[in-house]
Amino acid sequence: MKIRAQFALVFNLDKCIGCHTCSVTCKNVWTNRKGVEYAWFNNVESKPGIGYPKRWEDQDVWNGGWIKSNGKLELKSGGRLSKLVNIFANPDMPQVDDYYEPFTYDYAHLQNAPLSEAAPTARPRSMIDGSRMEKISWGPNWEDDLAGEFAKRSVDKNFDNIQKQMYAEFENTFHMYLPRICNHCLNPACVAACPSGSIYKREEDGIVLVDQDKCRGWRMCISSCPYKKVFYNWESGKAEKCIGCYPRVESGMPTVCSESCVGRIRYNGIMLYDADKIEAMASMDDVQDLYQAQLDIFLDPKDPEVIAQARRDGIPEDWIVAAQKSPIYKMAIDWKIAFPMHPEYRTLPMVWYVPPLSPVQTQIDQGNLPTGPDGAIPLAETMRLPVKYLANLLTAGKEAPIVSALNRLIAMRSYQRSVHVEGRADTQALDAAGISEDQAKEMYRYLAIANYEDRFVIPTGHAEVRLENFYAYQGQNGFTFGNDSSAGISPSSLFPERRKDTVESLEFAPSADKE
Amino acid sequence: MDLHNFIFGVYPYIATTVFLLGSLIRFDHEQYTWKSDSSQFLSKSYMRFASNFFHVGVLGLFGGHLVGLLTPHAVFQVLGVSDMTHQWVAIVAGGIFGSMCFIGAAVLWLRRLFNSRVRAASRWMDINILGWLALTAAVGLSTIPVSIGHASADDPQAMIVLAEWVQSILYLHPSPDLMRSVNGIYRLHVFLGMSVFLFFPFTRLVHVWSAPFGYLGRAYQIVRSKRSAAR
Repeated sequence: MKIRAQFALVFNLDKCIGCHTCSVTCKNVWTNRKGVEYAWFNNVESKPGIGYPKRWEDQDVWNGGWIKSNGKLELKSGGRLSKLVNIFANPDMPQVDDYYEPFTYDYAHLQNAPLSEAAPTARPRSMIDGSRMEKISWGPNWEDDLAGEFAKRSVDKNFDNIQKQMYAEFENTFHMYLPRICNHCLNPACVAACPSGSIYKREEDGIVLVDQDKCRGWRMCISSCPYKKVFYNWESGKAEKCIGCYPRVESGMPTVCSESCVGRIRYNGIMLYDADKIEAMASMDDVQDLYQAQLDIFLDPKDPEVIAQARRDGIPEDWIVAAQKSPIYKMAIDWKIAFPMHPEYRTLPMVWYVPPLSPVQTQIDQGNLPTGPDGAIPLAETMRLPVKYLANLLTAGKEAPIVSALNRLIAMRSYQRSVHVEGRADTQALDAAGISEDQAKEMYRYLAIANYEDRFVIPTGHAEVRLENFYAYQGQNGFTFGNDSSAGISPSSLFPERRKDTVESLEFAPSADKE
Repeated sequence: MDLHNFIFGVYPYIATTVFLLGSLIRFDHEQYTWKSDSSQFLSKSYMRFASNFFHVGVLGLFGGHLVGLLTPHAVFQVLGVSDMTHQWVAIVAGGIFGSMCFIGAAVLWLRRLFNSRVRAASRWMDINILGWLALTAAVGLSTIPVSIGHASADDPQAMIVLAEWVQSILYLHPSPDLMRSVNGIYRLHVFLGMSVFLFFPFTRLVHVWSAPFGYLGRAYQIVRSKRSAAR
């Protein structure tokens, strides 16, 4: 047993309202630069839909993630030799249009246009080459709230093994939001695919990072990540990805996307796991066993043996305490209401999801939904959102764990409804779902109230135990690329520098008081 | 010293020094700029065909020149490779890899010039070096008819002289006069080729140094620890 700690997240999809505050705050902090205009380390997709980039879940198209071939775990896109053979032109490489061509508008024209009969318009312009774009035909969230025709969004891979045509009808349509960031996997395919070895997992918290100095732009990570969460910076020629907001996390603060989530759907915490089990657990024969396998990798932070081994493996005391109070552990293991997204990719992702219930009130009022013992809350299997769809998304198609989780969420609601509406605690639904009253109360506190201190249990990083001379690092490390902050760069350097010019007009509007 | 002696007696050393020292300095100081700078993400058009053609061609040419020019004449004789065999192998292999390199480079160069996205992401030196490589390959290809002329006349002299000149440079005993006897087209090709090394550290070509052969023997997963080795 070799114990490592992993910074992990849970997103409660039941409460995601698709407001994109996470995406916007993330973008403003990390990817508002030339070369990554198109890149959203955090994005929110409307499901069903083909997503961002287009059809990212279809690994027959992108060859991302791992497969089991001849009893061995292997990258789906091919092993080491095939990576080198294909290095001159990666056959699985997405093109910027698979995400979208980043654009801006001629805003300056609105202020600088000469007087005219018609109001001036701000027309779109490509942020790559500055050319005029006549029509914008795709964007980072083009399918927002089921925009577009069903035929297009139903290409969604999660419709596999579902008779999907009935969901084309307006009455049967269903919808959910899927916020996505890098999963900081336990068995990351991007790390494995990197020929130069520049991508790595941090030992102390498991955050996956790209060493910007060591990246050579071989771009195998871009295609090998099945979640398409490693991005190619076309200006710097380097791979960039979600950094788990490590400067914040090291200071005990939640990630920007989690902090700014207005729906309070995001949870940050620590999980302890057995690093020796990774390969065996990722190599399950049946992809439907991968969810359980990942549960089996996690260790009980209250088990004295685990605590003793964690200490031996150098995990700080407050990290063990944090693991014991981890909201992730509660939801994934104690309550079994959170699931990894697409475990069949075999990367053992560490952003887990609580499946959404469906908006139900009108359906209940119209008597369209069979309800449970309390006569108010519908049965999970009868809900608008097909269980199979959620199972394809979260458990490689295995429905039982999803139904069980939905039932627990429903039971919790039913119980709280009886307390708050009827004025008496009715535990029938809890009994049926197999949860205690105390657990229902705790689930309510974590899921419905979602206090800050319950959502975010983040121990600070312990640089002092890992650095030979920690005073030597104090105040020394800023956030920069290359030698931007060094004194050694002159404008006439022969070595190419990062360009910062943009396509926007730099003409200012004439000031109002000038006639 | 006349221009000939400078180009074939001094310039090789300038180019080599800039090539090695420049690469080292850039690697040491400017890691962030050390990259292949692929434009495949902006436009996949022609990439599979042209990039593979170009890279296979140029690597084949590099290896061929390395072996063909640097192997001492005596070694070829011990191995039983006659001068005429050597020459015909050079003509055929050079013709194949040279054509691949030229076709690939030319297509990539046109793509770089006329694909507006790729053009927008290009620096002056990206366009320059690709054009230079295409030109070098083109001149290299146009030496082939001359070489065939030599080979058909059972005359390996030009090839031997070229190899001797390269080796004289390598042994720090430059003999630029050797180059006076060869056809001007060879001299032009040699000058263009040497210049590639001069430009090398200031271009994306530095990624050649980082060809990731280490990947073949590496464990898939990499975990970095901040813990000092002492603990």
